[in-house]
Formats: sequence, structure tokens, C-alpha cells
Amino acid sequence: MSDQNEKPLLSVRGLTLDIPLASGMLHAVRGIDFDLHRGETLCIVGESGSGKSLTSLAVMGLLDKNIRRSAARMDFDGTELTTASRRQMRALRGDRIAMIFQEPMTSLNPAYTIGDQLIEALQLHRSVSRDTARKRAVELLEKVGITAAASRLSQYPHQLSGGLRQRVVIAMALMCEPELIIADEPTTALDVTIQAQILRLLVDLTKEMNVAMILITHDLGVVARVADKVGVMYAGELVETGPASDVFGTPMHPYTRGLLRCIPQPGKTERGAPLGTIPGIVPSLVGDVQGCAFRTRCPHAVDACRAAIPERGAPPHEFLCVHPDGARAAEGVPA
Amino acid sequence: MTAPVLELKNVAKTYRVKQGLFGKPKPLTAVNDVSLTLGRGEVLGLVGESGCGKSTLAKILLGLEAPTSGQVLVDGEEIAGQDRLALARRIQPIFQDPYSSLNPRKTIADIVSLPLRVHGIGDSASRAKSVRETLDLVGLPARVLNTYPSQMSGGQRQRVAIARALIMRPEIVICDEPTSALDVSVQSQILNLLNELREEFGLTYLFISHDLAVVEHLATRVAVMYLGRIVEEAPVAALFDAPRHPYARALLNSVLTPDPAQGVPDTQLGAAYPNPIAPPPGCHFHPRCPFAQDHCKAAAPRSVPVGQGHVKCHLHDPDTPMYRPDFTV
Amino acid sequence: MAAPQTTDPLLEEISGPTPRQILRKRVRGHTGLLFGLGVVLLLVIVAILAPVLAPHDPYVQDLTKRMVKPVFMGGTWEHPLGTDHLGRDYLSRLIYGARVSLLIGAVAALISGIIGTAMGVAAGYFGGKVDAVVTFLINVRLAMPVVLVALAVVAILGGSLEVVIGVLGLLLWDRFAVVMRASTLQVRRREYVAAAQAIGASTPRVILSEIMPNIVNNLIVIVTLEMAHAILLEAALSFLGLGVQPPTPSWGLMVSEGKNMMLFEPWLVLIPGVVLFILVLAINLMGDGLRDVTAPENRS
Repeated sequence: MSDQNEKPLLSVRGLTLDIPLASGMLHAVRGIDFDLHRGETLCIVGESGSGKSLTSLAVMGLLDKNIRRSAARMDFDGTELTTASRRQMRALRGDRIAMIFQEPMTSLNPAYTIGDQLIEALQLHRSVSRDTARKRAVELLEKVGITAAASRLSQYPHQLSGGLRQRVVIAMALMCEPELIIADEPTTALDVTIQAQILRLLVDLTKEMNVAMILITHDLGVVARVADKVGVMYAGELVETGPASDVFGTPMHPYTRGLLRCIPQPGKTERGAPLGTIPGIVPSLVGDVQGCAFRTRCPHAVDACRAAIPERGAPPHEFLCVHPDGARAAEGVPA
Repeated sequence: MTAPVLELKNVAKTYRVKQGLFGKPKPLTAVNDVSLTLGRGEVLGLVGESGCGKSTLAKILLGLEAPTSGQVLVDGEEIAGQDRLALARRIQPIFQDPYSSLNPRKTIADIVSLPLRVHGIGDSASRAKSVRETLDLVGLPARVLNTYPSQMSGGQRQRVAIARALIMRPEIVICDEPTSALDVSVQSQILNLLNELREEFGLTYLFISHDLAVVEHLATRVAVMYLGRIVEEAPVAALFDAPRHPYARALLNSVLTPDPAQGVPDTQLGAAYPNPIAPPPGCHFHPRCPFAQDHCKAAAPRSVPVGQGHVKCHLHDPDTPMYRPDFTV
Repeated sequence: MAAPQTTDPLLEEISGPTPRQILRKRVRGHTGLLFGLGVVLLLVIVAILAPVLAPHDPYVQDLTKRMVKPVFMGGTWEHPLGTDHLGRDYLSRLIYGARVSLLIGAVAALISGIIGTAMGVAAGYFGGKVDAVVTFLINVRLAMPVVLVALAVVAILGGSLEVVIGVLGLLLWDRFAVVMRASTLQVRRREYVAAAQAIGASTPRVILSEIMPNIVNNLIVIVTLEMAHAILLEAALSFLGLGVQPPTPSWGLMVSEGKNMMLFEPWLVLIPGVVLFILVLAINLMGDGLRDVTAPENRS
């Protein structure tokens, strides 16, 4: 892990995303902060509608036109992303910031060969000869564990299995030696054994090449195994952030603990015993949202939850809750 | 084990797949010589990668596809000659995607009462009563009766799908990835509900899932499928504590428990999933198996009883040169 | 734990509008659809009430008053849109002509709709050999030039309202078949179809109550498009003298009869031409609008 005193590669403060709807303003992301250092992996975990995917698109500058973005600061290695022109953003994307999507076919063009696409990814940002680009493509395909890499260059995406396609996408993301990779549910569409292989590959490569990664997922298992830092997102807010060992070892926010109780864990949960549940549903974020958005589903909600919620804990492990101990004592878990 | 409620004997299903525009159709064996026995009240977890034949097996059990060969017996009677309606009363499905499994043009009352109407059970008053009772069973209030699926959340929709499956009180429910489209907090509610209903009505589940943690939690027995074949089948504790087939071990290894002290596991699986139209000779798993020997390429392993289960691997077959009786991976 | 108050906005359960409410809201917000629907409805009412609305008998000739100019070109209110070359009241003929156009459009679309939907749904649902046969028939039909075949048939059988409706009805089913086949293929893969089959529902029941309600919106759109198509073809056939026969008032026939005087009295051609244009435009706007408002909501 990198030195925390070093200046972060990406620093986001007060990122807010609003979507105007016929029924009112949808506050999809509500003032989130995070820092990411070189070589570090941040996992943002949350359920559907929590705003985690929008957050990643906001960093990439790939939001739909109708979504309003505002932030006090979005600093990427000295470049302020909130004020960057479209041309500056285009120059960053695919070069210094790369993106990996859930469905590999969204990144691959079915009409071109793997080789053409890998070579183009490099030539778009670097003035290198086709031959050099080709050599790098073969080198990276080998690196992501694709056998007979040179012969794969002439294949089309549809000739590859889902796992192989995602490997190609990863190779493509690495072509320009990015400093930041944003991966949005990169293994959700894959089988479990392939998922483990792809995640292992991502972890090894980011460490080896000192690349920072933001990994968006709904799977707590993936988070625990991959993350250096974790951000738990609920209803547009990061309700708990911290190093993975802290967040999973002593989860402070009632939502984090609730989520962990919902999933069966071989060896830990008793077979057939009822799993923990979080009653209720995710609140509507349309209109004026105040206080803690989790209070309607929280067993420890009190009147004070309607007011502004104080930030608790100390860096690096912080959470948002009116209860100083995140109601750990109330649940009988040591604070 | 009690008398089997569901029995599969050497069931196989072969499709003919066209290759290109003018290519000759080639056989694709989606389900290959599957034999399973399921006792009343049991939950058989069926796991395997996509394309391994899990869903085809589910369709055969629901009577939506006819097996190419083999027998399916429910309560000792073969279903091949049976009336579709009679089969429907005994076996009902719960599908994966609650956004696709409910007709968007119908109200919840219409959807849940459809089985009763198709089978001509009761009059409209008794059907309405039955629908209300079943909705109550799955935790939905009566006021959802006149709403449409689009007005409901994913979890609520899956409850409607469960109500539709249970309204005729079937003996066997085929759950095809029933929670994989749902959020974590909703998934646990549905799993708890399925467990409660099983206890209350003595239901038997065939639980198809790619999520081994869920299968471990819910199932009493587990069958591992690879390229159309059941490669290992055993009680849940035996399989999770000591998997015998190398593929079962790889699957278990891939389960990511939320334990930050552990990294991403190495599955030791080499090449990608093979093309089911041209499966590898011998043991289908040998190209990816870290223990493969020449014998694995030559001969397909037979089903060997081990403990309370079965396994198809030469390492466990006393009649092969590879036999290693102490082998648990 | 404090009891949460029900006034809390976050406590309101998300229960969106019913599909019908969504449809109503979308229809209200769609100008094109409202305009198209309005014009078509107006013309339907005019056609139904033709005997009441028409100021004169459309068949009565008055050779002393031939080609009277319409009122906006210096004519009188006696004949607001003037008279034709036989002295028949042009407005009355236009009003009765609406009956012919709408009747042909509606009945031809109905006949071809039944043929095409049956073929398309069968092909999409059963697949295999049924699909191969239907696809072949669609290809055969698409290889035939509609206008030439219609001309040939009408030339052999003689032109009349019934013949024109029959010929168009038997020729315009191709788009129904293509679209219904594709829609059925799509809906057939939904799990609710498998669920109904697993319940033991019969094939007709699955098709009628599970598949049809989910493809009927596409069907309505094609109906409007083919109505407009049939109306234009009737006008073309009548213009060529092979459609509806005189003295029946048909807009196509009116254009045809006016074409000899077109250089001197252009309004003879323009009036039926413009009305035809407005009707076809309105039907197309209606079809486009229906497609927009019945499109499945975006899941957000």
C-alpha cells in the first residue's frame, strides 16, 4: 500500500449528482468525498440505486447530459476535472484513466478484430508505429493470461468466451499504461470460477503496475478480497469508509452490519437458519431529502436521525450516524 | 432417506445446432446421462457454470422440454405419458428474473390466480380467497391485488412469482436462480421465505444457483454439473467439507466470503470453458484439471458411489490405474 | 426506538402509477398523436354524418353550373368548394369520398391484419418448419410489386369497391407478418410465457392471454401505417381508372377527373389532393404517436 501522506492521485470532495425528473429533482449522489492514492484499490459497494455507478461515470465525465454534476473538488493529479474541457477529458479517458464495464461487449466493437481495437486504443493517444502497438498488444494479451496471443489478434470478439472477452477488455484498458482504472461490476456477468480468475488478474496487475483502481460492485465478497479501501454507499451517500480490514472487522454503520448479516457465509452462518434482513425499501431520493436516509429501515432510528448527521470516527475509518458508536453497543457487539 | 419424490434415471437431452447458414446441424448434448434422486422435503442444490445444462434440466422437469432419453419419475410414476395439467399440479417453477417472469399487462390478482383458472379450480369467490391467502403467505398485503408488476420492487415481484408457484400447493418447486437478480438485502428475505415455506408445506426444492454460499446455506444435498454431466453429488456437509471432484473443489475455492484477510483465491483452472458442441474426449474436465493424466483423455469416468454420494472421477474409481482411495482435494 | 411518524416523506412506499395512468399521461403530452387522432376522428365523424353534412347530392349533375369556382376564388356559398366538370357539388363529393377512403383503409387493414398477424404469431411462437414456411411466403409476397399486381387483378376482375378492398387486403399483410413474427419471438422468450406453460395453460391460451396483450401495441402501429398505405393505393388505382368506378365519389377519382383541367382550374386537383395528404399525414402521426406512448418504460 502506498504512503498515505503522499498527495492522492484522485481527490473528490462534495460530489453531487442531481437528475431533474418530471416528479422533481432526484438527488442521486449527495455530497460524497474520497481520496485515492497510486496503487490503491477503492471498492464502492452498494445496492441498486445507491448511486455507485453514477459516481464512477461522473469521474470519467461520461454522464448523460441531463444529469447535473457539482463538486467542490475533483482533482486528478493536478487536473481539476470539474472545470476540464471536453477535449481535456477525452485526452484523459483511455489514456490516463481507463474504464472496464460489466458487459465486455459494450467496450468491444463486434465489427473489428481484437488486434485492431487494441492497436487503435494505443495509437489514439500515442504516436507509435503500428508494429510497436502490435507488439504491446501481444505482450498485454499474454499478461492477462491469454494463450496463443499473437493468433488472437486476428479474431473477432464474438469468437471469444465471456471470460476471454473481459481479459481482452482489461488488456485494452492497460494499453496506454493508465494511472487509474475504473471497473464497474467487471465480473458480475461471469461465472464464479472465471470471476475469481479475473479479479486475481486485476489485483495482480494493479499492484505490479502501481495503478489505482475504483471497483464498483454489489458483492461484499468481492470487496473484502480485493479492496484496500472500502466505501459503503447507501441512497447517494458514502455512509461508511475505511480500510477493508476495519470496515469488515468492526463495521460501524448499522447498514454495513445489516448487509453483512444478509449474506450466507459458509462456515460462519448456520445452515438453514434465518438470514438477517433489512426491512423496508430504499427511499425515494426525489425532492428534499434530509437527515439519515437509512433511518426508515434502521432498528436504531431516533428522532435526531431526521436532522443533519454528524461524521463519526477518525480517518481513515469514518461513518455517518447519530450514534457515536454506530449503535454497536445497542446491538451487543463491542464498540 | 424417505421414498423419493423425484427420480431421474439416465436423463439426456440432445439438441441439433446449426453451424452457420449452410452448415450441417451438429448434436449438442446439453444434459448427459443424469441420474438423481430427491427425497421429500429435501433441497437439492444444483450448481455449475452457465451453459452446463442446469436450465435445460429444469425445463425437462417442468415438462417444457422432452428428454431425448431416460426417465423422470415423480412419486414413482413416469411423467412422460402424463397429462401436462397433472404434472403442473405437482411441479412448479420460480424463475430468475422477476422483471421477466410476470406478465406486465396483468394485475397481480390475475397473475396469481392464473393456475386456478387454467385448472378450473373453484369459483371466482373461492379463487379470490385463495389468492388473498397465498399473498398473505408470501408476505404481501391484499392491497397489491389490483396493482401491476411495474409498480412493484424486485423483491415484491419475486414474492408474487412464489405465490403463483405455490397457490396449487405443488410438491416440488424448481427454483432457477431465484435470487440472483435481487439486491443483497432483498435476497436474504426471499431465501428466508423459501425456507419457511418449505418447512410449513413440506416442499421439495431443486435449487439451481451459481452462488455456492446460498446453496450451502439452503441445500441438503448438492449436485455439481459440468458440461451436461453431474460430476459429483453428495450431502451438503460432505461436499463442502471434503469435495472429491477437482471441479467441485475449484468451484468451492471460488466462493468469495467477505473475509479481507484472504486474497482472491487461485482456482488453478487453466483453459476456458470448452465448446459444448465439441466437448473434450474422455473426462470433459481434463483440459482444466490440475490432476489430469493420460487416462483422463482416453476414458470417460463412470459414476462411483463414495460416502453418501457419487462422483465421476478416475481418482475415485477402484477399477482405474489412477485410483487413489484417500484422495480428497 | 422512536416510532417513525407517517408524515416522513421517506416512509412513503414507492408505488408508481398504473400502466393505464402512465399511458394517459403520455398521450396527453404527445402533440403529434393528439393532432393525428383529432383529424382522423373528425374525418370519421364527417364520413358517418355525410348525408347530414353534405349540402347537395354528390351524384346530381347540373351541366349549367360546371366548374363553378370555390368561394375563396370568387365563387358563391351555394357551392363552397365549387363544382366539377359535370356540375356536381365538390364539397359534397369530398365528404362522401371520405367514406370510400376510410372504408377501404379500415377494411383492407383489417383483412391484411388478420392474415399477417396469424402468420407472424404462428411463425414466432412455433418456430421451426412453421417459421420456415411463413418466412418463405413473406419473401414471395415481398418480391411482388403491389401496384402492378393490383392493377392486373383489377383489370381482369373489373374495378369496384369490393374488388379494390379485397385485392389490397390480400396484398398488404407482409408488414404485419414481419413485425408480429419479430415481436412474438421477443415476447416468447420471457419467463412469464414459460411460467404459463409450466402451469399447464393450453397453447391458444398462452398465445391469446400472455403473448397477444404484449404485442398488441406494435399491431396497432402497423394497422395505422397500412391504413394510410391502402388509402394511398386506392387513390392511385382510382387515378389510373382501375379503382373505384365513377360516379362513386372517391378522392383518387376526383384527382383523376380534375387532371384534364389542371392547368386552367388547379383547385380541382388541389382540393382532393390536400385532403388526402392531410388524412394520410394524420394517420401516420397517429401511428408514430401510438408507438411512442406504448413503448415500454425505461427502467431507471
